[in-house]
Amino acid sequence: MAKGRVAKKTPIRVLIAKPGLDGHDRGAKVVARALRDAGMEVIYAGLRQTPEEIVRAALEEDVDLVGLSILSGAHMALFPRVLSLLKEEGGQGIPVFAGGIIPDEDARRLKKAGIRAIFGPGTSLEEIVTTARSLARRSA
Amino acid sequence: MTGFSSRLPAAARAIVDGDRRALARTITAVENGDPSADRVVRSLYARSGRAPVVGLTGPLGVGKSSLVNALVGRLRSLGQTVGVIGVDPSSPFTGGSVLGDRIRLERRADDTGVFFRSMASRGAAGGVAAATREVSRLLDAAGFDVILVETVGSGQVDVAIRDIASTSIVVVVPHLGDEVQTLKAGLFEIADIFCVNKVDLPGAELAKRDLAELVTLGGRPSGWTPPIVGTSTVEPTGIDELWNDVIAHEKFLDSSEERTRGERKRLSTEIVGLARDHVGRELTHRLERDPSLRHLLDEVVARRIDPRTAADRLVRGGRRAR
Repeated sequence: MAKGRVAKKTPIRVLIAKPGLDGHDRGAKVVARALRDAGMEVIYAGLRQTPEEIVRAALEEDVDLVGLSILSGAHMALFPRVLSLLKEEGGQGIPVFAGGIIPDEDARRLKKAGIRAIFGPGTSLEEIVTTARSLARRSA
Repeated sequence: MTGFSSRLPAAARAIVDGDRRALARTITAVENGDPSADRVVRSLYARSGRAPVVGLTGPLGVGKSSLVNALVGRLRSLGQTVGVIGVDPSSPFTGGSVLGDRIRLERRADDTGVFFRSMASRGAAGGVAAATREVSRLLDAAGFDVILVETVGSGQVDVAIRDIASTSIVVVVPHLGDEVQTLKAGLFEIADIFCVNKVDLPGAELAKRDLAELVTLGGRPSGWTPPIVGTSTVEPTGIDELWNDVIAHEKFLDSSEERTRGERKRLSTEIVGLARDHVGRELTHRLERDPSLRHLLDEVVARRIDPRTAADRLVRGGRRAR
């Protein structure tokens, strides 16, 4: 390496995916856009992803962070599945955050299960960006 | 040097052995210019050059991602493994990016015959990222039979895929413009294959005719005449034909001097580019850090010497800068 090479700031890579069968991806898109505007590289995987597909994408894309969006109510089945598959495939170090319609009691249990942050309706984009950044930096 | 495989660095060994996590991590390191990737990239070069590298380029919205997905399907049905790189633009303002090429990829969660990687252009012009070429080599060394590279939605002069791909497919759709557009310099010059996608839309025949006219106006110096294929991914049409044309072009390369000639040209561009980057970094470092040369910059700012003269002195190491 040339001595003159200056260490560049490398962009955070984040996967945004929607597990479950609801087709409401506006929230996921708004978050993707906000993370993009915060200088991150957002791999947008889109709607109706299975936990298997999400984990595979996270590992192939070597992301620093995974964001899941869900409005269907199937979060208690799908989120833990994503976490356990990530662990199985050697991606347990990748933090996962989530957003959507998730009751407080479920949110508490999901956090206990390893979802690092959960954002409900009304969360500011600023808070999401700040949290995403700190989660990604801590995992690096 | 393939006989020295035991001397490969651990990450390189893992990539050759099919460790997808090692591959993914090394790709990140290459993208980031991380020194840890340096030895891996160097050591795997000898194992690349085997897989055809097929580039898909064309304006935004013509259906490149959908075609990539269709080609992946075709290749998998032929029993071939595929490495895919999908490049999307980085924001010139924030550096951020939304990489959406993966969204078209059909559900293949348990198919290890496909590896898909999204890549941001990170400021590189020309339709691909600086790391795209080296990453396509990593996929090649990892054993994928075919490498597909999808460029950023291209403008008229985004022809960098030419420096990476052995076969370049230029994708257009009906009503992109009249036949004079096809005469213009740039994108249309690099096509080994023309693909008129969304061929189910009105105007497709006219688009094909305009391209056919372009092709007959004068052949390539190589003697290859780009075929024109109509495709659709809605009701899959022309995908087999498109792939057969890729094979035909690859065979043409092998049966003529063109494979070697093209490789030499691409590698020469790469070597000079790498050397230029290297020297450029050294010079930037010198100008900004070397006290005697910082003075040179001051002189130019003060209009006491001109930039050309300063550049001469910088290259000579600033011996006469004072």
